[in-house]
Amino acid sequence: MSTSILYDAPGPKTKRNSTIASVISALAILALLVWVYFILAAPRVSANGAEQPGLFDPSRTDILSDPEVWGAFGRGVLNTLRMAGVAAVLAIIVGILFSFGRTAASKWVRIPTSILLEFFRGIPLLLLIFFVFLLFSTGSYWAGVLGLAIYNGAIIGEALRAGISSLPKGQREGGLSVGLTSLQTRFIIEFPQAFRQMLPIILAQLVVLLKDTSLAYVVAYPELSRIIKELQNFYGSRYLFTLFAVGLVIYLVMNVSLSYIARYIAKRSGPKLGDITPDKPKAPGAEGTRAITIPRGSRSYGEAGNTGW
Amino acid sequence: MDVITNAIDALVDITPIYMQGFLLTLALLGIAGVGAFILGVLIAAMRISPVPSLRVFATVYTEILRNIPLLLVLFFCAFVLPILGVNLDFFLLAALGLTLYTSPFVAEAVRSGFNGVPVGQAEAARSIGMGFTQTVGLVILPQASRMVVPPLINVFIALTKNTSVAGAFFVNELFKATASAARDNGDVVILTLIYAAALYLAITVPLGLIAGAIEKKVMVLR
Repeated sequence: MSTSILYDAPGPKTKRNSTIASVISALAILALLVWVYFILAAPRVSANGAEQPGLFDPSRTDILSDPEVWGAFGRGVLNTLRMAGVAAVLAIIVGILFSFGRTAASKWVRIPTSILLEFFRGIPLLLLIFFVFLLFSTGSYWAGVLGLAIYNGAIIGEALRAGISSLPKGQREGGLSVGLTSLQTRFIIEFPQAFRQMLPIILAQLVVLLKDTSLAYVVAYPELSRIIKELQNFYGSRYLFTLFAVGLVIYLVMNVSLSYIARYIAKRSGPKLGDITPDKPKAPGAEGTRAITIPRGSRSYGEAGNTGW
Repeated sequence: MDVITNAIDALVDITPIYMQGFLLTLALLGIAGVGAFILGVLIAAMRISPVPSLRVFATVYTEILRNIPLLLVLFFCAFVLPILGVNLDFFLLAALGLTLYTSPFVAEAVRSGFNGVPVGQAEAARSIGMGFTQTVGLVILPQASRMVVPPLINVFIALTKNTSVAGAFFVNELFKATASAARDNGDVVILTLIYAAALYLAITVPLGLIAGAIEKKVMVLR
């Protein structure tokens, strides 16, 4: 972070200025947060003249000492994870199938797969879940799981395809020339490399999948955000903010830890990534750009140039 | 024969609310798209700026918004912001929520574009004595902007699909129209759903094609 290629290592004067700017903007942000806090905490007078307690008033947070509320939250988290876990596994399988279909030699496989992929990638997940729910009357759990699996599978499939096509041609030629069949080459030479290369994108997509389980509200599946809504209906809307805040923290903890794990895994498989991309800029001081760039997400574009040769 | 005429009648019947929903979806896409683009570029600029507190703020902002479901962001905008004195109707609140939710993804797309510019470019600019603003403004940005377009379009495609969530917050956009049409036309559910899907695809597929075409062009340039 300290050595960005974009600007000089700061001298004493710049350092001072930068510290001052830092402190001022930090104070401004802090002031904003304090202001928001006081507005939220202040008692409000509603339209009919009745005064309501502030949002951090004990009368609004007392349900948090009720074990049943936490039980409900626990059920919500469990339902969310149950859906996300099964959907994630299925999504990877669907993604692999899609990527094979998309790169198949026969156009009778390739073109229908492409059309299906475009369809699933182009419509909202909400609509897809609704689709599965109404058409196959699967019940809310499987509607959510299948919707998530197909939608994310289509995206993972595209990522895998990009990974396969960004491999140097020599990989495939090498496989074929040692006597493997086309399919074998794909399975044991190209696919493992593409999967490893696209792992960061796939993992990032699984974080998205976990977030998107909240869309299963549309088929009334009792996952976390639906539970929040139900608790609010049950205990009254004065707990709205409290329940919302708790739900927010739970989602943040779940997703941030999953993102962290995803990033850790992506980093661990990192060094192997560099070897299969010959024209990656390896200029001296390349690590200096870390401050302005991230390895995640850029890969599919940074290396798309390989396909040509 | 009767079945077909029934189906056609039903489709003609739902066309007005679908069109209304489609227009609202487009409006949400337009407003949130422009807003998210401006906000996202600002966030990206903050993340690469030399001022540490701005960097920290932008990172925290990105991490929070990227890790909570859109449903909760919209919930925040629809029910908590009014408490803070923001008096807008649900449509604008939903547009605001979509803007906030999409902005970190725009920022990441912009950053990944910066990532695509070879380091030597920045090094060369720096070595002939350009400062931060000059390096970014004159050398990196013109090159990055080209690389940024395809991932940015992908973000807008995602935004198009995400507008459907606003239907849960009293905005009668296309998905809400679909849900009510599917309820009212139990016999032709499949058609109502495919009709809606076709309307969404009418936005997302052309965007995808544009992204693909530009990506190919950029590839040649590199």
